[in-house]
Amino acid sequence: MTDIGRGSAARLHALRDQGRAALIGYLPLGYPDVDGSVDAALAMVDAGVDVVELGVPYTDPVMDGPTIQHAVEHALAAGTRVRDVFGAVERIAASGAPVLVMTYWNPVLRYGVGPFARDLAAAGGAGLITPDLIPDEATEWVAASDEHHLDRVFLVAPSSTPERLAMTAAAARGFVYAASTMGVTGTRAQVGDQAERLVRDTRAAGADLVCVGLGVSTAAQATQVAGFADGVIVGSALVRALLDATDAAAGRRELARVAAELAAGVGSARG
Amino acid sequence: MTGHVPPRGGSAASQGLHRAVAALGERGPLAEQMGPYFGEFGGRFVPEALVAALDELDTAYHKALADPAFGAELERLHRTYTGRPSPLTEVPRFAEHVGGRARVFLKREDLNHTGSHKINNVLGQALLVKRMGKKRVIAETGAGQHGVATATAAALLDLDCTVYMGEEDTRRQALNVARMRLLGAEVVPVRIGSRTLKDAINEALRDWVANVETTHYLLGTVTGPHPFPEMVRDFHRVIGEEARAQLAEETGRLPDAVAACVGGGSNAMGIFNAFVDEPDVRLFGFEAGGEGIDSGRHASRFSGGAPGVLHGARSYLLQDSDGQTLPTHSVSAGLDYPSVGPAHAWLHSLGRATYRPVTDTEAMDAFALLCRTEGIIPAIESAHALAGVLALGPELDSWALDHDPLILVNLSGRGDKDVSTAAQWFGLLEEDV
Repeated sequence: MTDIGRGSAARLHALRDQGRAALIGYLPLGYPDVDGSVDAALAMVDAGVDVVELGVPYTDPVMDGPTIQHAVEHALAAGTRVRDVFGAVERIAASGAPVLVMTYWNPVLRYGVGPFARDLAAAGGAGLITPDLIPDEATEWVAASDEHHLDRVFLVAPSSTPERLAMTAAAARGFVYAASTMGVTGTRAQVGDQAERLVRDTRAAGADLVCVGLGVSTAAQATQVAGFADGVIVGSALVRALLDATDAAAGRRELARVAAELAAGVGSARG
Repeated sequence: MTGHVPPRGGSAASQGLHRAVAALGERGPLAEQMGPYFGEFGGRFVPEALVAALDELDTAYHKALADPAFGAELERLHRTYTGRPSPLTEVPRFAEHVGGRARVFLKREDLNHTGSHKINNVLGQALLVKRMGKKRVIAETGAGQHGVATATAAALLDLDCTVYMGEEDTRRQALNVARMRLLGAEVVPVRIGSRTLKDAINEALRDWVANVETTHYLLGTVTGPHPFPEMVRDFHRVIGEEARAQLAEETGRLPDAVAACVGGGSNAMGIFNAFVDEPDVRLFGFEAGGEGIDSGRHASRFSGGAPGVLHGARSYLLQDSDGQTLPTHSVSAGLDYPSVGPAHAWLHSLGRATYRPVTDTEAMDAFALLCRTEGIIPAIESAHALAGVLALGPELDSWALDHDPLILVNLSGRGDKDVSTAAQWFGLLEEDV
């Protein structure tokens, strides 16, 4: 709770003190290539994204919908390596924005949990978001993240029981990632009311900071979510801006436009 | 029902096996090992959104196990619908090609309704679905056998059914796609990733996360998150239990070796389980060696893989140095999968079962041999087990038995679905004009 340093909690608390939620933007490492993904992340930060979520491309992304699957498949085909994440984190973190790495678990296991934590910390990364690692299986990661003072962002879902909310809140550091809906990443017409209930229940279960992701894509949705959560996590809508562009520069411009709109949406949530 | 085990001295290797089984026996029989972990393998590497459904399934499963009515209903369905017990067939003309005076018996899961062992697990899970009050099942399929079995059970028990199948496999197994549609299932070709079984599982998992309240994921093998590995094993136990009793009746003995093909590993686990605590019984699992291990085009997890996590469980996995899942290859769609059931990884790590690759060519040669010597067309998956047994011939002497070697093979499926693949392989079709 009183974690110091590069963690995301300090930024989220600072924003909360200003009466504002954070905008957390996801992009995959390696789309359109490694340098291009770093440039895109920096453009997103310039446009008002507070915390960067950088995804490690993986062959079997079961929590991702078609938009992110497509970008990740491209990143892998272009030769993106897991070790590329550390240099990319270092360059993005230099902007001052906390950088969380989103990764499925097998690439970390293969690299070695301890070495991954060490190298991420050395690169100035804030921690990990782990969509297919639940606290029940995270003994090694809890120890490594303790040793290197890294955030460990676990997910909760509308299906989580009160017992699991409490267990996850206790295991997490940084914030808890509340999945707004039952499903995978991707844009949706509306954010259901189960998101607000889940944030309330997760706080009641002991979580200090709760951010909401999955299906948030428009400024209006960002405003709505920022009204009850500590952060608004957007992925597919940002990735879509890159995918639809004719070239990298046009992609960054469109990305910046979407990010600025979302940031304005988040900013208008509270007086 | 147990077979009579004659006392014997046994080789050094078999004494080692005795010690391994005895040491493990102190922790209870291997056959009764329960999840979530099998040694260092298994677990639940899944999105949190699925945990509640996995817990619900685990509870429903254990409640059903304790309820005699559940067992009675499943037994009735197997007797009147599946056609159990499946026969045990001795294949002497095939056995001549093994050599070493071996006697070979086939457990005829190919004669089950829908054509493979898959129906055992599907009926068990479908009855659980009714108990859980869910109305819809989803499934993945590679060769189409599990998809057909699931579509069949869904028709029988009035459930909605969606089957995910890699686009590549829908082409290889077009006949099974039509069968599933005839049975009322929706078949969704998966057009992302390698477009084979692993991608079908990814899509099924995505569907499940979104629809878990109304939908059961009827997983087709002993992989996946807890409780699937132990539950699917238990629904296939009947294979080994029947075979053990049938073989004892025929020969008065336990087999000296039990052989099965291993994709995810459900048919192998089903037949191994009745013998896993018998130290005199050697267990052999045969994986898809594809075009050979050195070619890199295969699906032999124990020859070319390393421990890793895929689809919810930690097991042996074909992966690159980054932990990315590697593409696999096999002439058999049902063995074309980069990971394997965690209990197999555990038996491998204990040295209790031996896993070896069998190439496409070896499998197809064994396929043809069984056709011609015994009048049985096996599934190409099962032909891998037959080929593995043919290759055991030269080592039978080293088993130092005081009787003719007795080998039990799980003939897990029939080859009707593979006729066009085989016709192409052997050049049996008239040239196109």
